[in-house]
Amino acid sequence: MRQKLESIRNDALKEISVASDLSQVNDIRVKFLGKKGELTNVLRGMGALSADERPVIGQLANEVRESIEREIEQKMSVLREAEKLAQLSRETIDVTLPGRPFQIGKRHPLTVVLDEIKEIFLGLGFEIAETPEVEVDYYNFEALNFPADHPARDMQDSFYISPGVLLRTHTSGTQPRVMEKRAPYIPLKVIGPGRVYRRDDDATHSPMFHQIEGFIIDKNISFSDLKGTLLVVVRQMFGEDRQIRLRPSFFPFTEPSAEVDVSCIMCNGAGCRVCSNTGWLEILGAGMIHPNVLKMSGYDPEEVTGFAFGLGVERVAMLKYGIDDLRLLFDNDKRFLAQF
Amino acid sequence: MRVSYKWLKEYVDIPVSPEELAEKMTMTGVAVENIEYPGRGLDKIVTGRIESISPHPDADKLVFCRINIGSEVLQVVTGAPNVREGQIILLALVGATLPGGKITKAKLRGVESFGMLCSAQEMGLDPKNFPPDQQEGILEFAADTPLGVDARELLGLDDVVLELELTPNRADCLSMVGVAREVSAVLGTKVKMPEIKVGETSEVIDGQVTVTINNPELCGRYVGRLIRNVKIEPSPVWMQHRLQAAGIRPISNIVDVTNYVLMELGQPLHAFDYDKLRDHAIIVRKAKPGEKIYSLDDVERELSTEMLVIADPARPVAIAGVMGGLDTEITGETTSVLIESAYFNPASIHRTSKTLALQSESSMRFAKGIDPNGCLLAANRACQLIQEMGAGENVKGAVDNFPVPRDNAVIRLRPERTALIIGIEVPASQIREIMIKLGFGVKEDGEGFLVEVPTRRGDISAEIDLIEEVARLFGYNNIPTTLPEGASSEGRKTIAQTVTDEVIDVMTRCGLTEIITLSFMNPRVLDILNLPADNPLREVVTVENPLSEEQRILRMTMLHGIFDIMSRNTARKNKDLAFFEVGRIFTPVEGEKLPKETLTLAAGVMGRTKSGWQTGAAEMDFYYLKGVLETLMDTLNITRYNIAPETANPTFHPGRTAGIELAGNVVGVIGEVHPNVTDNYRLSEKVLALQVNLEELISAVGGARKYSQLPKYPAIERDIAIVVSKDVLSADVNRIIRKNAGQLLESISLFDLYEGEQIKEGYKSMAFALKFQAPDRTLTDEEVNTIHEKIQKALQDSLGAELRA
Ligand SMILES: [Zn+2]
Repeated sequence: MRQKLESIRNDALKEISVASDLSQVNDIRVKFLGKKGELTNVLRGMGALSADERPVIGQLANEVRESIEREIEQKMSVLREAEKLAQLSRETIDVTLPGRPFQIGKRHPLTVVLDEIKEIFLGLGFEIAETPEVEVDYYNFEALNFPADHPARDMQDSFYISPGVLLRTHTSGTQPRVMEKRAPYIPLKVIGPGRVYRRDDDATHSPMFHQIEGFIIDKNISFSDLKGTLLVVVRQMFGEDRQIRLRPSFFPFTEPSAEVDVSCIMCNGAGCRVCSNTGWLEILGAGMIHPNVLKMSGYDPEEVTGFAFGLGVERVAMLKYGIDDLRLLFDNDKRFLAQF
Repeated sequence: MRVSYKWLKEYVDIPVSPEELAEKMTMTGVAVENIEYPGRGLDKIVTGRIESISPHPDADKLVFCRINIGSEVLQVVTGAPNVREGQIILLALVGATLPGGKITKAKLRGVESFGMLCSAQEMGLDPKNFPPDQQEGILEFAADTPLGVDARELLGLDDVVLELELTPNRADCLSMVGVAREVSAVLGTKVKMPEIKVGETSEVIDGQVTVTINNPELCGRYVGRLIRNVKIEPSPVWMQHRLQAAGIRPISNIVDVTNYVLMELGQPLHAFDYDKLRDHAIIVRKAKPGEKIYSLDDVERELSTEMLVIADPARPVAIAGVMGGLDTEITGETTSVLIESAYFNPASIHRTSKTLALQSESSMRFAKGIDPNGCLLAANRACQLIQEMGAGENVKGAVDNFPVPRDNAVIRLRPERTALIIGIEVPASQIREIMIKLGFGVKEDGEGFLVEVPTRRGDISAEIDLIEEVARLFGYNNIPTTLPEGASSEGRKTIAQTVTDEVIDVMTRCGLTEIITLSFMNPRVLDILNLPADNPLREVVTVENPLSEEQRILRMTMLHGIFDIMSRNTARKNKDLAFFEVGRIFTPVEGEKLPKETLTLAAGVMGRTKSGWQTGAAEMDFYYLKGVLETLMDTLNITRYNIAPETANPTFHPGRTAGIELAGNVVGVIGEVHPNVTDNYRLSEKVLALQVNLEELISAVGGARKYSQLPKYPAIERDIAIVVSKDVLSADVNRIIRKNAGQLLESISLFDLYEGEQIKEGYKSMAFALKFQAPDRTLTDEEVNTIHEKIQKALQDSLGAELRA
């Protein structure tokens, strides 16, 4: 009987060692340890043993059972581990397939640029004012020191709605409109973004475009403050290494007036096609608010001074994104808009 | 303004190169837009005489000429039609590079040719700058012209032309002398005024010409000078060259002199044929009603009574300051000339020239304002030149009618004010020096400077104008860079601005792309949008002077912009479009000057959503766009809005459109676009669109959100499925459920909608998931069952709903 038990153990361990999957191991369990299994069969013969032998054989039988069970457990855990690995390997996916597309729209590039500029000025303590696009002559011209019947008005060919009512030719009307409401409050720091209109339509002009007017009124505001503020703005807009250059110019509502150039963002001033080899890009007009403008809108020019500037949004967008044709901005081609 | 560098140097010393001068002027306020080198590339072109012409043996249209260029005689084959023996021409030698290409030794039909005869065009010159008989064909010169002379020298092209881009205030730089003064101020060198001495005959002007000014407010000065024994012929070559450099075509001596003085001194002159002036009388007056004149350009012009004319007792003979009349024009027969040198009111000339759409070198200068104190000088200068070139003899004296004299302005300039404006203290000595360089008189008293500004600088009338002069000549780039020091201020957006930005943000997050379209529309759009004759949207704001019919009216709807851009994209085969725009629409307001401008949001979708290999594309239908609207409302925390069927919007599908209501007001529309409209825009697919008044949305935006506690007790869910008539609105079912469910109903959601097989015709099946919850306890099944039954009953009773298992 002892012999039999030993041979069962040997047979079982041998079979377990060669089993290659869980079901085989299960079959082995049934075959050796099940109710009708070999070990049970052998143990049925225990009755025929002597009282001395019985405990000895019983103990041996237990040992055999335990060792088989242990072996089965071990084998099963090895097999389960292998199975899991196999499973994971079967689950491999092609990670290079494209992801699920989300439909996200884009802001128009002019809005992107406008938002950026607004943020810069909000950071400098400016508020944003909105004024009408259809404007009376007074705010568009007269309050800005444009004399009637003066060639200065010809610089801005206007669309008229009725006598004395026109589509604003610039956002500069923001100045008298806001000043009139707020005088004599200081410090007044305002930007006025929006659509403006001029009778021009060709490759480089659109009859509608966008400007941002900005101005400050306070005690002791000087031309050097204008230079400093614009330098800060230009650097935030185009990068810390930009330089600016001011050239004397003329606007009826500012004096002294300036055209402001920024060192070319393409060539850094070396000269290229974009800057017509000058190294400079003209980006805005500016100046000290004319005393007449302050006076007409309720400020005493002997008490306060101010500066103002106007910026073309299309120009900035085109420079920033390297857009070479103004018309693309109003063409609204899906493939163009998707790029921003 | 085109400035010949050579000519300019006659009036001022320029110790720097043209390029350096241009840079310095630009940086001090008179911008040099372009530097032109008219002679560039015109080397190896010399004068030659055609000694002989022989026919080409093998070509009818060609001849060969022997041309003497002084040093040698060259054989040249040419097809030029107007060649003659003895002619002096310009010959481009082998090696010359013309705009049309390099001249090489060539064989034309077997005959060797060593150059090319030149026309103005072939040399890249503008024929319009040449006298009429030289504008076509090869250029021809006087028989005594030396041979072998360089073309650049001959044509006065050995020069540099600075093109000034003048701002409207700097009318003083519209003359050579004016520019010279500016150069002198910039470089600190001396101005050399031309010496003006008039040779006169013994005949005196008194009694020969009378001048009457009826409107001194429009004509502040009128100077006349009389010239006898005039011989009309071409002006001298040096004068022609200078006029050409200035961009003016030489015509004849008298006209050329008036133009020359115009360019030299900035004073427009006009020459009348004296003998054609009735009674030799000049009357400066306003035009009479219905009065007409043939102007020099041979156009009959109707004058308005606002316009100033120069007249004789019979008729107007010139539109003052704008253009002369044909009747009194200088012709080949003219023998006596009256030179007019006047000062006219700038605004009046500007108006007249605009009204008549007639702009000339003269009208432009008058409109910007000339120096009334320069009139006599300019008339004298013209007489001097005419006499010097032998074109006529000057009658002694001038008629000078000067009813409105103008004195130099005297303006106070405070150094401390200057420092405040500029931001740096410019030393008083430097301010004085700048004023002197400008040719201004300076006196100093306890309070600063008193500056006397000559009348030629009409742009300077106040202290700030002088401060600007100081700033620009001090140099903008020498002014330091500082930041404003005053009280700080807070920069923040208004609620409306924040909400508008949020709207743009939500729309893009929902997959729509922003467009920006023009605010203009063609009035035809009203028909294209299907609007009937009585539709209120037909009340539009009209542009008086549009560039085209496409831009005649201002948009009163933003939908056109959306549809138009969809249409353009479709034409380019861009499919699956989802666009929105935020902007203003314009509506006229009775009794108001300005229209109402309303901030508006419009959106449109067409086609399908983006699809991937896993997920199919979904059609962007009504519910897609409605989802966008709901997301927008949710983001803005607007809860009290209502979507109700709208059957009468002519732009939209009557059965697939809804009004967007806020507090009982319709503030927008959402729906499928009417097929007639999509057809009009050549859109072959269904388009869904919405437009909403953004200002109404902004004012309805909910306050700050408050957190509500998360439920502590479990919810019980029940489904309810009903069959109802197709006409029953989902909103009605919702309303009945809510009304009968009471406080414990936490949420309703429709999870299935079905029509078709197994449902009888005209009916639909709807299934809702209801969630019940109490904040303070766990609900029992019995409680919920009771409510559920109540809901079912109500649906049966009020909607005739049939319950499904
Ligand atoms: Zn560059």
